[in-house]
Formats: sequence, structure tokens, C-alpha cells
Amino acid sequence: MRLLLSLIAGSLFGTGLFLSGMTDTTKVQGWLDVFGNWDPTLAFVMGGAIIPMMIAWQLTRGRHPLVGGEFPTPPKHEIGHRLVVGSVLFGMGWGLAGLCPGPSIASLSYGGAGGLVFVAAMLVGMGAAPAIGARIDRIAAA
Amino acid sequence: MDHDWIMGLIGGALIGLGGAVYLLGNGRIMGASGIIGGLVDGTGWSTAAERLVFLAGLFLAPTALYVLTGMEKTTNVTSNWFVIVAAGLLVGVGTRIANGCTSGHGVCGISRFSLRGMVATVFYILAGGIMLTLMRHVFGVI
Repeated sequence: MRLLLSLIAGSLFGTGLFLSGMTDTTKVQGWLDVFGNWDPTLAFVMGGAIIPMMIAWQLTRGRHPLVGGEFPTPPKHEIGHRLVVGSVLFGMGWGLAGLCPGPSIASLSYGGAGGLVFVAAMLVGMGAAPAIGARIDRIAAA
Repeated sequence: MDHDWIMGLIGGALIGLGGAVYLLGNGRIMGASGIIGGLVDGTGWSTAAERLVFLAGLFLAPTALYVLTGMEKTTNVTSNWFVIVAAGLLVGVGTRIANGCTSGHGVCGISRFSLRGMVATVFYILAGGIMLTLMRHVFGVI
């Protein structure tokens, strides 16, 4: 059951990314290109995605997940240096290539060699993140 | 081009529906960077099957649509290898340090009115916009 639901969720996510145009880097970079040919599509995608998720969060109240267990509680650590530094680094990469983790996987079959190299570099970055994060913690503590 | 926002809304709604299935069904937050990153750094190996099946759906659904519909599809990603590698590394490191990307902090975070999600989203959009503006309009690299 858990695996079937994962497959359905992943497929819906991938279909949505495909149809919305969010695997097209010109549309993502178009959203960020305020001083160029600005493209508002990303805002509609975000809005369209947030509405069903808002309803879903409301439905979690007083209930349990279908497969059992508990719903995730809001994380204890609020706004820290990791959230800010990490988001800035992510945003820099997102602006450079117009790809983020979800669309990079969704577009692998038609993204060409560039898409494969991006995902490979992203996986290397994810592997290096714990060590880099620890270093950022030390700098922040100093 | 004129109907891009409609496709954006429809695609976005499917993305949100995927997130709703993952949350209400499995009790998990649909964040692409977390799902992938947990497999890379080992923190998610105890739930590896669920993650891999999700990623399979995320890859296979758009692939099937691409093959079956014969739609012309490309990511239009840059052909500058240095930019692609730098972007992939930044996205990988940044999303893991911030503990979320566009799907986790953006879609799932904002929809639960999470301050962390909103702050992360503001920072990665600002950083992305500044990076794109500098690299496109000032240095002419992308």
C-alpha cells in the first residue's frame, strides 16, 4: 500500500511537472528574469499546487496517515543560518540552470546529456552537503 | 504561449495532488531534494523502497507521456558545461543544507503556513533572480 501510494504520488508529481512546463528551463528562468522577458507561469504552477496541499494539511487534523503512524510535526529548528545559506546556494544554482531536483529527474528522458550531467553534479553536491553544512555551522558559531 | 498559465494551473494542481497523496497516504512531505538526498547520504535508507518507487513514478510518468504523445519536449538547458556542473553542485548542496527545495519548502511548506518554508522560498527566489540577472544581463554568460 505504502509503495503503491508512493508510485501514484511520484507519477502525479511528474505528470504535473511535464504538463505545467516546469521542466522547460526557459520558463523557470523566465520567472526569475524580472529585467528581461518575464514569464509568470511559475506563479500559476505554485498557486495550483498550494491549493490542494492546503486542503490536505487541513485534512490531517485529528487523523492518521492511511498507512498508519503520525503526520509530520513542524520542525523544531525555526529560521537558522542553515535555512538561509542553503536556500541562497540553491537559488544561485536554480537561477544558473533553471533546474531544481524534481524537474531534473522528471525530464531525464528528454533532457539530453546536459540533464544527466546536472543530476550527476546534484547527487555529488548532496553527498558533500553534510560536510559543508558542518563547516557552515562552525563558521556561524564563531 | 497564451494558454501557458492554464497548463501551469492544471499541472500545478496535479503536483499538489501528488503531495496530498504522499501526505495523507504515507504521512510524508513530498520534497524532491529530501527524498533523493536521503538516499545519497544514507539518512533515508530505512525508507529506501518508498523513496525509490516515488522517484520511479516521477521519472516514468513524464517519460511515458513524452513517448506516447510524441510531444516535442526539451528542457532548453544551457550547453555551457561549466554552468551545468556548477548549478548542479549548488542545487545539491543548497537544498540539503536548507533541508528543502521548491517542492518541500515551496509547495508543502507554504501550504501549511510554515514560516521556514516562506523564508526559504523568498531567499531562493531572490538568489535565483539576482544570479540570473547578473549572469544574463551583466556578464552575458547564460
